[in-house]
Amino acid sequence: MRYKIEIQSLSAWFGSKQVLQDITMRIKENVVTAIIGPSGCGKTTLIRCLNRMHELTPRAKVTGRVLLDGEDIYGENVDPVTVRRRIGMVFQKPNPFPMMSIYDNTVAGLKLNGVTDKKRLDEVVEKSLRAAHLWDEVKSELGKSGASLSGGQQQRLCIARALAIEPEVILMDEPTSALDPTAAAKIEQLIRILAENYTVVIVTHNMQQAARVSDFTAFLYLGKLVEYGSTKDIFENPKSELTEKYITGEFG
Amino acid sequence: MSQHEKSQNFLSKIKSNRKKRFSEDSVFRATVLLIACNIFIILGLIIFKITQGAWLSIQTYGIKFLWGTTWQPFPPDPTVPPSFGALPLIWGTLITSAIALLLGVPISLGIALALSEFAPKSFNYIISFFVELLAAIPSVIYGLWGIFILIPFLQNNLYPQLQATLGFLPFFQGTIRGSSVLTGGIILAIMIIPTVSAISRDVFAAVPNSQREAIIALGATRWEKARIVMGYGRSGVIGAIMLGLGRAVGETMAITMVIGNSFNMFTSLFEPGATLASIVANEFTEASSPPVYISALMEAGLILFALAIAVNASARLVIWRSTRKIKEAEML
Repeated sequence: MRYKIEIQSLSAWFGSKQVLQDITMRIKENVVTAIIGPSGCGKTTLIRCLNRMHELTPRAKVTGRVLLDGEDIYGENVDPVTVRRRIGMVFQKPNPFPMMSIYDNTVAGLKLNGVTDKKRLDEVVEKSLRAAHLWDEVKSELGKSGASLSGGQQQRLCIARALAIEPEVILMDEPTSALDPTAAAKIEQLIRILAENYTVVIVTHNMQQAARVSDFTAFLYLGKLVEYGSTKDIFENPKSELTEKYITGEFG
Repeated sequence: MSQHEKSQNFLSKIKSNRKKRFSEDSVFRATVLLIACNIFIILGLIIFKITQGAWLSIQTYGIKFLWGTTWQPFPPDPTVPPSFGALPLIWGTLITSAIALLLGVPISLGIALALSEFAPKSFNYIISFFVELLAAIPSVIYGLWGIFILIPFLQNNLYPQLQATLGFLPFFQGTIRGSSVLTGGIILAIMIIPTVSAISRDVFAAVPNSQREAIIALGATRWEKARIVMGYGRSGVIGAIMLGLGRAVGETMAITMVIGNSFNMFTSLFEPGATLASIVANEFTEASSPPVYISALMEAGLILFALAIAVNASARLVIWRSTRKIKEAEML
């Protein structure tokens, strides 16, 4: 198995406040990597650095390198727009475009790439919605507004939207925290299936979820990478005392 | 006094106090409601008095007033009665307002997008400050500026160029006049910019950041992000444009000073014209006799009033409905 993403001494700031300190880790291809840690430890910032979303916040700063297939996404001649077309993202709160139909939501990214061929779009809509396990629930009402769906369906629509541009990596920022347990369980199943074809990086504050869905787990604390290894090792024999304390629920 | 009596006494005191407070409260409520209801009385009285004033004209010319094209308070032949028709005024109002929207709306949306999407914070304050200052300039000052600075500039520079390039269109033919319909439209465009841009900016600022992040994460450029923001705020922007239209339709002083005040069913925008508002402002001083003259001006005012109320009411309705829709979408 090769490494899809290599993070090399990555540090990040909001203004003068440093939120990530010298993170170095390698993320394997076509597995699920979970990032866990207490609130404010920088886990969301970390994945937002992977598709260059962090720098959109005013006064935010990043140093270090992030290699995607060996190429630095912070390189001088790299356009962040192209990076984001290769690395999709799903957010904490479902954010479909309410003024667009389910159909248009799904292909919103594709249309940005200039695809207008109706047949091609139809195919991608079906394929992406099927991949997001939403097709059977919405196939008869593709013209309805994306906002008319339930929260869990909206989140799967957002996953379909991210899949439609055929990214190589999918970043998920606490994708189930705004959902009820049933909807969350569906998303978790979906994440396992997605890992067959995509590199998935998921941020979660829910340790059970990390244990259930991920192959590798990174534990972040106060902006530092404390421990990183296979999920089994992290949860069963953590090397660091801090990791053990967090996993057994002593703090966090 | 026993303990029991004391507490009884205390309770009844509280009760009477509460009664008193309750009655004070209802008096206050009734007063405030009455004051608020004044708004209906004022509006009703205005409609009543204008209609009353216009009644003679309505009786004399009937519905034909709306498409009549003569405006002769003093016909050359004294045996002929004066005649009035408002079509050229309605035409002037519509065309100047259309020019105002055509020129003013893109600029306003540009300002609003720059403020909400692109500009750094400190720059934002400065631009917002100046745009709002633009709204505070009295309209007579716009008129003065129009006469002494804008008209000479347009007449000597822009208009000849415009005629040279677009002269094949009927709107840009004929003698070039500085005091013309086009100048009126341009002044109105400048005057609606504060309204349209300020409301659009608020609409754009209310678009949730999660929408921007969603499209950026799909690999959108800044322009594509701006399009999503505009799409989300679409109905709010339509409301803003209609409020701008309301302002353009009713604007009086500045346009009276630059439009040339000629009762004229124009085809070229370089011709002088008049609007419903400008003719009222321009002629009411001389309209003492015949009585039907002042009544015709009143009727022009009544049409303007109806137009302005309709435009503003629908603008408010659109804005109200769009904010309700966004709220509903967010609650899901």
